[in-house]
Amino acid sequence: MDRYAKQRLFELLARGAAALVVAVMVLVIGVTLFRGGRVLLTDPAVAITPPGSRYQLEADGGFLHAVVGSLFIVGPATVVSMVLAVSTAIYLQSDYSSERFSDAVNMFLNVLWATPPIVYGVFVLTIIIAIGARTSMFFGIIAIAIFQYPIMTRYTDEALRSAPDAVKEASYGLGSTRLETALITVRAALPGVIAGIIMGFARGIGDAATVLFTAGRSNTMPGGPFDGSTTLPVLIFDNAMSFNDELRAQAYAASFLLIVAVLGLIVVSKVLSGRYARFAPGGRNS
Amino acid sequence: MEGATESAESDDNRGRLSQRLRRERLSSYWFTGAGYFAIALFALIVLTLIYQSLPLLSEYSLVQVLTSSNWDPARNEFGFLPAIVGTIYVTILTMLIGTPIAILTAIYIAEYAEGRTKRLVSSFIDVLAAIPSVIFGLVALIVVVPFVGNYLAPVFGSSGTGTGIFTVSLVMGIIVTPFMISLSVESLEALPDELRESSLGVGATKWETIRLVLLRAAGPGIFSAILLGFGRVFGATIVPAMLIGGQTRLPDSLFSTGQTLPTLIVNDFGELMSVPITQSALIFVGLMLVVVVWIFNFSAMLVRRRLQRRWQY
Repeated sequence: MDRYAKQRLFELLARGAAALVVAVMVLVIGVTLFRGGRVLLTDPAVAITPPGSRYQLEADGGFLHAVVGSLFIVGPATVVSMVLAVSTAIYLQSDYSSERFSDAVNMFLNVLWATPPIVYGVFVLTIIIAIGARTSMFFGIIAIAIFQYPIMTRYTDEALRSAPDAVKEASYGLGSTRLETALITVRAALPGVIAGIIMGFARGIGDAATVLFTAGRSNTMPGGPFDGSTTLPVLIFDNAMSFNDELRAQAYAASFLLIVAVLGLIVVSKVLSGRYARFAPGGRNS
Repeated sequence: MEGATESAESDDNRGRLSQRLRRERLSSYWFTGAGYFAIALFALIVLTLIYQSLPLLSEYSLVQVLTSSNWDPARNEFGFLPAIVGTIYVTILTMLIGTPIAILTAIYIAEYAEGRTKRLVSSFIDVLAAIPSVIFGLVALIVVVPFVGNYLAPVFGSSGTGTGIFTVSLVMGIIVTPFMISLSVESLEALPDELRESSLGVGATKWETIRLVLLRAAGPGIFSAILLGFGRVFGATIVPAMLIGGQTRLPDSLFSTGQTLPTLIVNDFGELMSVPITQSALIFVGLMLVVVVWIFNFSAMLVRRRLQRRWQY
């Protein structure tokens, strides 16, 4: 094979690989929207009906408990995680410590980021057992918050890093304190920070391994923060291999909701980061 | 009269200044605390896992647990070998499937695609990265499982329902790509254009430029992307739990059902939580996962540094 044939071959391979990846994504989204959409169209009530008493056996009722569980677990977890993540990112980017210490913190954040989510689940569960509590929404919130924390910190840190140094210098030059400078830097990097928080929320709402053992996996509507609860991914996981056709169908309806939510969040994050770009010095005017 | 207002004003200013400084001091404690939180959280997780694994390790030796292939918690037999072998099979096979696809796609995005196509493909990749893995598992159950069970496995002379190590690897191979693609694209795009120009200028074809110059120069970044992808597959939980079949025995072929370390936790934790020694055994699995992922991360960092020094351009 001469050099040019080789070149053509590999260009073809590269294009093929990209086409394959895109095709797989279209397939996954397509199958989910089609199968789940069909279930939701024939019976839209499954998404807003609480489960009946024999849900797991006879699929009576719908999966409102999982929708509610997802929102009430991932929402608060995102708030907790956001506060911590933005603070840590400010610490990493502003002048609160030596560069060496920031590097060390960064290394631990990378390790946390790569830690398998199931480990967070196991960790929180051992705490639950140690203090003699029961699995509940509250511990689900803690587990998801721990899971989101390194993700959001990394996004926020990157956003703050990309804010121009001139912002920081100008702020210090006017005699601002570190706190005031940090707040102005956050404002300058707001599009990235918000995108990071939304991505953290999207990752949190899609994760099953962390809440599998910590949120309680119940088949009833949660009554309070210390009640057991389930989330959409866990519901999909449980129903996917059920022998009951109706339950399997509900798994598809649930993934329809989940995928629409995640795609919607990505769009929202793009729109918001466009809108807040006006805070960025020298940024686009919109 | 005038002097009085002036001093009142400066008192006011001083008051505001001290208030600002007080805020600065308080917030600095908070931010420093937030910095230490990352380290404290990591330490807390590792120490908790170690402490909770001690009951198992005090009764069985480490070698015994890692090399025995009997897994029967009801009879107090804890051999992790089947799960370890399953994890290694899945990880290696996934990387064999995923890495070429990821690198070729990254090359396409960074070097071939242009304009709108490029933006479109890379935002597709971003979306792919955000799709929850449980959805991949669900779609795989109706697409990949029958395909492997009815068509692929019989070709290789195995029979089965289609769940098993190969199915998991195929699906994980796709799940892990977006992550490796975006890291590789980043390191390819960071390369200066002079590199491409000078290589093409001495008469290399585009492919030769990519293979001999660009992949080398971006090598450290791509290599650490692959290592981090390794860590991802290694700790993957939900997809293997849905597709591997969940049998704790040594797999005899790539199409046989098996178990990985994370699925061991998923399959056994619920029921056996109340038995202290089993609980300890499963927490030990968590510890193994953390330690291995930690090693992967650390070596990714070291390899990156070393390659950066060796493959300088």
